[in-house]
Amino acid sequence: MSKAMTVDIPVSAGDEDHYRIKMGPQHPATHGVLRVDLDLQGETILECVPHVGYLHRGFEKLAEHRSYVQNLVLTDRLDYIAAMANNVGYCEAVEKLLGIEVPLRARYLRTMVCEMSRISGHLLGLATHALDIGAMTVFLYCFRERETLLELFAELCGARLTPTYTRLGGVRQDVTHSIMMKLERFVNEFPANIEEYETLIDTNRIWLMRTVDVGTLSAEDAVSLSITGPSLRGSGVDYDIRKHFPYAAYDLVDFEVPLGETGDTYARYRCRIEEMHQSNHILRQCIEQMPPGPIIGDDAPDLVMPVKQGRKLEVDAPARQGLIKLIEDRETFMEGDIYVPTEVPKGELGFYFISDGKGSPYRMHIRSPSFIHIGALKTMAKGVMVADLIAIIGTMDVVLGECDR
Amino acid sequence: MESNGIVEKLREKFPDEVLADYQHLGQNCVLIRRDHILDVCRYLRDECSMNHLMCLCGVDNSTRTSTVDSFSERFEVVYQLYSIATKQMIRLRTQVPEDDCSIESITSLWIGADWLERECFDLMGIHFDGHPDLRRILTPDDWEGHPLRKEYPLRGDREWIGYEELKAKSKELSKFDFHSRDHEKGEHE
Amino acid sequence: MQILILLIQIAVLVAIVLLHVAYVTYFERKIIGHMQVRMGPMLVGWHGLLQPIADGIKSFFKEDIVPEQADKPLFLAAPIICLVAMMVSVAVLPFAKGWALADINIGLLFIFAMSSLASYGIILAGWASNSKFTLLGALRSMAQVISYEISLGLSLVGVMMLSGSLNLTEIVEAQGTSFFGMYIFSQPVAFFVFFVAMLAETNRVPFDLPEAETELVSGYITEYSGMRYAMFFMAEYIGMFVMASIGVVCFLGGWNGPFEVSIFPPIWFILKVYLIMFIFIWIRATIPRYRYDQLMAIGWKLLIPLTLGNIFVTGLVKASIN
Repeated sequence: MSKAMTVDIPVSAGDEDHYRIKMGPQHPATHGVLRVDLDLQGETILECVPHVGYLHRGFEKLAEHRSYVQNLVLTDRLDYIAAMANNVGYCEAVEKLLGIEVPLRARYLRTMVCEMSRISGHLLGLATHALDIGAMTVFLYCFRERETLLELFAELCGARLTPTYTRLGGVRQDVTHSIMMKLERFVNEFPANIEEYETLIDTNRIWLMRTVDVGTLSAEDAVSLSITGPSLRGSGVDYDIRKHFPYAAYDLVDFEVPLGETGDTYARYRCRIEEMHQSNHILRQCIEQMPPGPIIGDDAPDLVMPVKQGRKLEVDAPARQGLIKLIEDRETFMEGDIYVPTEVPKGELGFYFISDGKGSPYRMHIRSPSFIHIGALKTMAKGVMVADLIAIIGTMDVVLGECDR
Repeated sequence: MESNGIVEKLREKFPDEVLADYQHLGQNCVLIRRDHILDVCRYLRDECSMNHLMCLCGVDNSTRTSTVDSFSERFEVVYQLYSIATKQMIRLRTQVPEDDCSIESITSLWIGADWLERECFDLMGIHFDGHPDLRRILTPDDWEGHPLRKEYPLRGDREWIGYEELKAKSKELSKFDFHSRDHEKGEHE
Repeated sequence: MQILILLIQIAVLVAIVLLHVAYVTYFERKIIGHMQVRMGPMLVGWHGLLQPIADGIKSFFKEDIVPEQADKPLFLAAPIICLVAMMVSVAVLPFAKGWALADINIGLLFIFAMSSLASYGIILAGWASNSKFTLLGALRSMAQVISYEISLGLSLVGVMMLSGSLNLTEIVEAQGTSFFGMYIFSQPVAFFVFFVAMLAETNRVPFDLPEAETELVSGYITEYSGMRYAMFFMAEYIGMFVMASIGVVCFLGGWNGPFEVSIFPPIWFILKVYLIMFIFIWIRATIPRYRYDQLMAIGWKLLIPLTLGNIFVTGLVKASIN
């Protein structure tokens, strides 16, 4: 057997002591299929070039060939950690484009599932962030609470990760008494659980050494890098879509936007923890204020399956054809374009639609926060150590499904 | 979200650049001439505190039929700017002709525009002059064509060349498999 | 005849140590599991009691993959060096009075020598795998072992000065049978430094940088599989056991306990060792990982000055008493 040729990138003269390493796409700390090409001197990163696209599924192209209703399921596959928030974001955008009114109860339900998915998204973000830094127990504690939420999602709509719960004009199913009871129990217990995570890491000396002054972003830099969500608020910029462009029932509930000051990894971690407290607060208000009424709007009857007594729930093939036909025949599709941002756990998820009056979007652009956050890695990781890069990837809380679309 | 003031300011400052403006569903949109997009953006960022670049994307207008919208060229680059301080949003649309498919890069204003422009180049094939590192980003480096163009098929007739190479390589390496000797005969028949 | 008895003794010790290693992994998985609101191994046997045996059989029958571009002889030898070096140091440990396989005069030095030798295995593994992650892991390990070996050795100088011997049995006897005779009370600083350096020396959390899974995939053992992987694993756990034993011998009074158990004299020794092992595992479940430069800073800027000061004070006190 002949010896295999050594394949290596030629190193230019003067750079012989640099160590080039390709971290990913299969690597435990890159949260999916992110590849980071590192140019190291010792353990210090001289240059860091992130590569994405391993999970590119062409959603934007696909969306142009599918109707608005069909595109809804694509949004589940964006940020699969908190898919409910994507559903809501997509529906809010399409409803604004088509001019559909959403009944109040549905708006509250959307707010509720949004906040549930925000908590579960932040929990997973914190869990993996802590695991990356080496705090293994936090990981499992976070998953314990996330599990409760996922079970609730399953009870609500039958799926844990890809719920497709919202519909254009409302939501798919009403909540049952059992769900509300379980959610209430969760809401009552959750603050104590957050304290439990805090006892493990919040004032832990090693955690502080690993997060304080690591990956610091000034407010100007963060805005210039288009970073959004908790990562931006950690730098002290007061920008939360829920306050700036209220959607669902966010203008009816009371909550605060926690802000960090220093813009380092620790500030972002604190922001996420505080945001979970606020989400819990919103959930409690949703439970208390949940108004009665329909869960789906009257002016979108042919966009959903009608709920009738005795009707089979599964849609057979001809009926599905009819459904699509109905959508395509609608005359309410307006021409024009619209950009609707929503606040998902990772940041600002925006949908830019161009409609030319047909049943499917002419152009759908997804502004995904993870894509932009990974783009910021290059700037943030300059001159830090490999271990810090791991902490930075963790603190930016990226999901590759959303990044690569 | 009343940002008419900004549109007027823009018209005043760049009378030749602003082609048209309209309001749709409460969102303001300005059609801008391609040549001075960098100046317009700089003006908006520095003078009107439009500091947050929400979105940047390319549009292919080739099969677009519209009765109300006005567009003259094949491609379009859409910028979505937002002012965190004054809560105003404005959309800039610039037409890019097919034969000279390029526009000035705004990476000097927003570092974050780097990847957005790369994505636009990758999927739509619009060149950004002055971009520091204009490479493909979501598709592999040796990909052919720009997927979001309208003439690009949804389903291609052949596999990507890299996948073919990978398949050939895996076939070559399969001789080291445990089961390959047993199945070799069956496969070649 | 004497040689035969010695051989039997060696065989028994090796068998016990290997079994012990298997069940330490079980012990660790169970404890960490319960600390992390889960059960740990539950399927193989009653409460997963046979899990370590199943793991052993699994790793024994797994394919031993050698990367094509690896430096083959070194790649094959590295885990053996690691394991042998660690196993040999078990020989000098006094489990009870007269229960040491080799009661040599320089027991403490011998153990240091062997644990340094084990780091050769790690470095060779990292180098011979011909992979970038393993090399980084090996470099980290090298730097870590060198810097913490110093503070580990220096921290025990105080103990040597008090007991006046390097023989482990004599160190235990010098502490006497009283509770306050244990050197942990007369040498608290040394015990602290020893404990920290012990964690670093055995690559345990929070100093597990050479195999930091989220940074370097698996560090120097990335390319290993099957039995050779298991050898590194065993070496690590024997290392834990040896280091915990030294801690017991030098600071916690060895086999002496509140009362003597004549049926099985080493009982106190084993209980104390497991107490330290439990703390190892407890720390692993609680604490995040240090960064490479922080680890170096602790080693050189905190531990070594502390031990040097401790030696100085111990010398002064001892001189003034004499």
